[in-house]
Amino acid sequence: MSASVNADDLLEKTNYIRAVADPKIVLRDLSFYYGKFKALHDISMDIPDRKVTAFIGPSGCGKSTLLRVFNRMYDLYPGQRAEGDLILDGENVLGSSIDVNMLRARVGMVFQKPTPFPMSIYDNVAFGVRLYEKLKKSELDDRVEWALQRAALWDEVKDKLKQTGGALSGGQQQRLCIARGIAVKPEVLLLDEPTSALDPISTSKIEELIYELKDDFAIAIVTHNMQQAARVSDYTAFMYLGDLMEYDHTDNIFTNPDRKETEDYITGRFG
Amino acid sequence: MAAPQTQYSKHSRQAMIGAMGDKLFKGTAFFFATMVLAVLAAIILMLFKDAWPTFQTFGFDFFITEKWDVVNDQYGAVIPIVGTLVTSFIAILIGIPVSFGIALFISVMAPEWLKKPVGIAVELLAAVPSIIYGMWGLFYFAPWFSENLQPLLTDTLGELPLIGQFFQGPPIGISLFTAGFILAVMIIPFIASVMRDMFDVVPKDLKESAYAMGSTTWEVVWKVILPYTKVGVIGGIMLGLGRALGETMAVTFVVGNAQELMTGLFYPGSTIASTLANEFNEADGLHMSSLIALGLILFIITFIVLAISKWFLLRLGKVQEGRST
Repeated sequence: MSASVNADDLLEKTNYIRAVADPKIVLRDLSFYYGKFKALHDISMDIPDRKVTAFIGPSGCGKSTLLRVFNRMYDLYPGQRAEGDLILDGENVLGSSIDVNMLRARVGMVFQKPTPFPMSIYDNVAFGVRLYEKLKKSELDDRVEWALQRAALWDEVKDKLKQTGGALSGGQQQRLCIARGIAVKPEVLLLDEPTSALDPISTSKIEELIYELKDDFAIAIVTHNMQQAARVSDYTAFMYLGDLMEYDHTDNIFTNPDRKETEDYITGRFG
Repeated sequence: MAAPQTQYSKHSRQAMIGAMGDKLFKGTAFFFATMVLAVLAAIILMLFKDAWPTFQTFGFDFFITEKWDVVNDQYGAVIPIVGTLVTSFIAILIGIPVSFGIALFISVMAPEWLKKPVGIAVELLAAVPSIIYGMWGLFYFAPWFSENLQPLLTDTLGELPLIGQFFQGPPIGISLFTAGFILAVMIIPFIASVMRDMFDVVPKDLKESAYAMGSTTWEVVWKVILPYTKVGVIGGIMLGLGRALGETMAVTFVVGNAQELMTGLFYPGSTIASTLANEFNEADGLHMSSLIALGLILFIITFIVLAISKWFLLRLGKVQEGRST
């Protein structure tokens, strides 16, 4: 690709499907509508397994909207709909035959603000496991410990598992939510600006955690923080006004972007 | 600070008037605020004073005697107290699940265009005067109940051991149960509105998180929304209970006003409020004093219920501040 871009190039996004060796999620011509408003325009990309894929772009570019298509969160709201294909392990999850609850058990999500459920730390982590698996008490104990270990929270809470999740600090609450998300052993973990409400120390802990967790899951993270995208992700997708502008190895995006818009955004000229 | 000094002297007259106005306003507000306390104290004092002859005559027996005999001037408060508690308990028992369903539907399940009209309709129901409910209960519900539902309940639940005795009574439709049912209809709008408000303040993120775990709507409601709002929901129930305890007009219409203690809920009975409404006209002496003593007891019961509800709502405020539950 040349550095200069013309209008036709902007529409030609198929360039940006990077062929990844082991795609976990395949998007083809995915569009999304809030009522009549088209918020995502024919997005096509492959998302690799056991890697971190970051979505960056200015506010309103559709990155969070895209993330919410992955677990069909938009189903909760009448008037919101997706068109096109979103294929998880060869199965189109946008089809009407899919069991949305089962899909959400396979695709975990962590939100911007920590959302501990009004129950004990233990029950928070066991929440999803109890929904879908019948485990013996000892097995459930092991699973909860495993998830809390994986979320780097075990040492801080192992003596107060019966305490309410809301009593933890913000950063701990967010790691609790991550533990809750991974306790069900999902295949994909969606992180929607998981550190934007946290202090720098908690943020760096979560970032380390993301780096660790990609051994087990495909991770998609939406972030406003470009340094964060550069630090934690293997691939980065730059979105703008509902279009996927550029999608590449994170190194390439940040050192040698194809598009001028990408360069302008990552150098802070707009957004 | 030379410049502000001159400016201050220029405005000092106005400042003085302002300060005086402040004082005046503070004094007025203080006066009305203390008036509330004074009126409350006066009511309690008056109730005690006028009820005193009864307490002097019957002593503690007043609270444990089930005899309300106007002819022989013998009074005991057990029948009205039991009637009040039983009718309110029936009202709560019927009211809670129905209110829960209504609130849930409005807050979680109803399509957007239906939420407003149903919500407003529920609030309008709360504004219907109690005498209307009483008339509806007496002229429409009671006859229907005695012909249809009551025989059915007596033939089914009435046959059961232990609880069977509660579902007995003459087929007239005027009973403690009918009063409890009418009360349930009256308090449902209150409890449903409070519950709806509670469910509405559950953060969207929290609900979405629960859905994101793969929960069904029922699991989200039962495991996340209800625990999150439980303190407020209980407060709302207590508020409804407080209203049921003191409700007079509608209950007097349908309760039967019999001063008899029966196990069967389909027998006529009476509540504190209905006894007061019925007998005040012809009462004097010890009879009047006993009625006022009943009023005092009702005041205390209602006060306790309201105090509990306030305590719950206060705790809710703290919980939402600190997110510690």
